[in-house]
Amino acid sequence: MAVDIAFWILAAIAVVSAVAVVTLRDVFRAAIFLILCFFTTAGIFVTLNADFLAAMQVLVYIGAVAILLIFAILFTRDVQQGNPSNKLKVPAAIVGVVLLGVMVSSAVTFGWPESVYLPELADTADIGQRLFSENGYVVPVQIAGLMLLAAAIGAIVLMREK
Amino acid sequence: MLNSFGLLGMFLIIAILVTAAFVLIPIALRLVGLGARRNPNTDKYTIYECGMVSVGKTHIQFNFRYYFFAVLFVAFDVLAIFLFPWALWMGNAGVFELGAAVLLVVIVLIGYLYAWKKGVMQWK
Repeated sequence: MAVDIAFWILAAIAVVSAVAVVTLRDVFRAAIFLILCFFTTAGIFVTLNADFLAAMQVLVYIGAVAILLIFAILFTRDVQQGNPSNKLKVPAAIVGVVLLGVMVSSAVTFGWPESVYLPELADTADIGQRLFSENGYVVPVQIAGLMLLAAAIGAIVLMREK
Repeated sequence: MLNSFGLLGMFLIIAILVTAAFVLIPIALRLVGLGARRNPNTDKYTIYECGMVSVGKTHIQFNFRYYFFAVLFVAFDVLAIFLFPWALWMGNAGVFELGAAVLLVVIVLIGYLYAWKKGVMQWK
């Protein structure tokens, strides 16, 4: 019951802040609202017993993506007026409506079968076991680390002044 | 559904409280402003207590060098994704798991060392 109330509060604030992100002219305020939207999404993950996803949402989306966004705002000039509207308004609207139609129709027509297994509480440690134990996914984890390394080095190589 | 008031309950409380802070603080500040008497003069608009009077626009383009710090930060942030479940499970982990995590950190640290070597963290 309390979880339901929490879910509806978080969901309502998430939707309102997501609308605010696209309607506000001030880019910085839009970024702050995006952070609020990410945070409420993390809260919704918590109401679904997905504590790992919630922690990732806070760590990656708020910690990295939102910070990068604010960095990008700092790096630009003359953004007080926000994004000026341009000629792509009509195509963007068409694409948005089509995407919304696809998402709504697939959400309505999909059966949403419920899993017979009960969700485990706080299963982050199990994820750790799967990722790092000897008969788990150690090699993919290390490859993911290599990908991170390649991304960091690539970004530095591409952007460094000669 | 949330039958144990453990870690998840704590997370939920934090989520609700931070969301409430985000939403309520601007409203509270606006309400405080409503009752205030406005009697401005030049001294009131000077910079509070200390600091220089700013010259020109305050919204300037920041130096692009901060980008490298952002990139390195993101790399280590994604590394934290992998270390978080590992750390929660660490209690019953053995030498192999410790070695796997150390190897992962070392791999990502190579990028940091590369950035250090190339001097992207120096302010030239």
